[in-house]
Amino acid sequence: MEELIKVIDKNGLVVAFLLVGLLTWLTDLFSKKILNSRVPGSAIAIFLALAFGYLGGVIGKGENGLADLGLFKGLALLGGSMFRDFAIVATAVGASFLLIRKSGLLGLISLLLGILVFFVAGVAMAWAWGYRDAVSLCTIGAGACTYIVGPVTGGALGASSEVIALSIGTGVVKTIAVTIFTPILASKIGLSNPSAAMAFGGIMGTSSGVAAGLAATDPKLVPYGAVTATFYTGLGCLVCPSLFFLMLDWIF
Amino acid sequence: MIKGLAFLSISFILGMWTGELLGSWLGIHANVGGVGFAMIFLILSKEYFSRRGWWKSELEFGIEFWNKLYIPVVIAMAASLNVKSAISSGTLAIFAGIVPVIIAFAVFYFMMKSFKTT
Repeated sequence: MEELIKVIDKNGLVVAFLLVGLLTWLTDLFSKKILNSRVPGSAIAIFLALAFGYLGGVIGKGENGLADLGLFKGLALLGGSMFRDFAIVATAVGASFLLIRKSGLLGLISLLLGILVFFVAGVAMAWAWGYRDAVSLCTIGAGACTYIVGPVTGGALGASSEVIALSIGTGVVKTIAVTIFTPILASKIGLSNPSAAMAFGGIMGTSSGVAAGLAATDPKLVPYGAVTATFYTGLGCLVCPSLFFLMLDWIF
Repeated sequence: MIKGLAFLSISFILGMWTGELLGSWLGIHANVGGVGFAMIFLILSKEYFSRRGWWKSELEFGIEFWNKLYIPVVIAMAASLNVKSAISSGTLAIFAGIVPVIIAFAVFYFMMKSFKTT
């Protein structure tokens, strides 16, 4: 037994392949046999993984969900930003450049609209919770964009670490919400073709949430959603601490 | 296979580099659209290679493998997110995380409708 634990400990990434493979196999089986494929297996797997991430956080008390437990630490490597971005880029091999160019304008409009919607809604929520200073409002509004825009904005404006932590929490909740709601609502909102996916990526922004949600809806749409969503964080980091802050500062 | 992987890697690195350059040019400490640029580089160079007749199915195999690995990577990512602290950092984080998403779904719905009619 001691030897096995040593092997598992030394080969985290390989163990992660095994774990994810097992989970996918079980959820595919569950989706096919019990749900008659009404909910895709990958959607169940992603949802369960979030639940495991919560459990891991409760038991391990760390910042990386399940990956904080020794047995599962390879998950942080497999699900880390390097592999995630690399795999997203690889999805582009199946995308058509013509389609992307055709929907380019729609994608751009949705990007600007998306950042505005999330920022304004985030600021409104923070205001309803009693925050009145422009710096805190702006940081939480930025956190409603993504969990990267929040701390970048908070850091630039000199927000308190409490507010920055809150903005990161907001951004992570957003990613989870997008991941869960996308496959549920996709057919109702007309998210079924590449140009809709590009607009969706621009509106929602969080590239991990959009890509995970689209992967659970229809894997063919992932590259189109990802290609716009990837500009969202950068654009958010650009306008939130500058233009949006000046506007807030002027209002409050 | 490895040639396809190298093809993907060079697009990835050039794209990320472009994103970093754009980020520092704009004066923000963030990568602006690195993944997006990498995807565009990959699509354009694939287009160029196939027009010249240089694109081989062997190349595609190396990229296709990573394309297929995307969902497993997302599952691993979901399991290593800080779900607990997101949920326990207060009711504001939960509401400010969920309510704008619901509004954005509605905005998306009306935007798609208006784009179809015009």
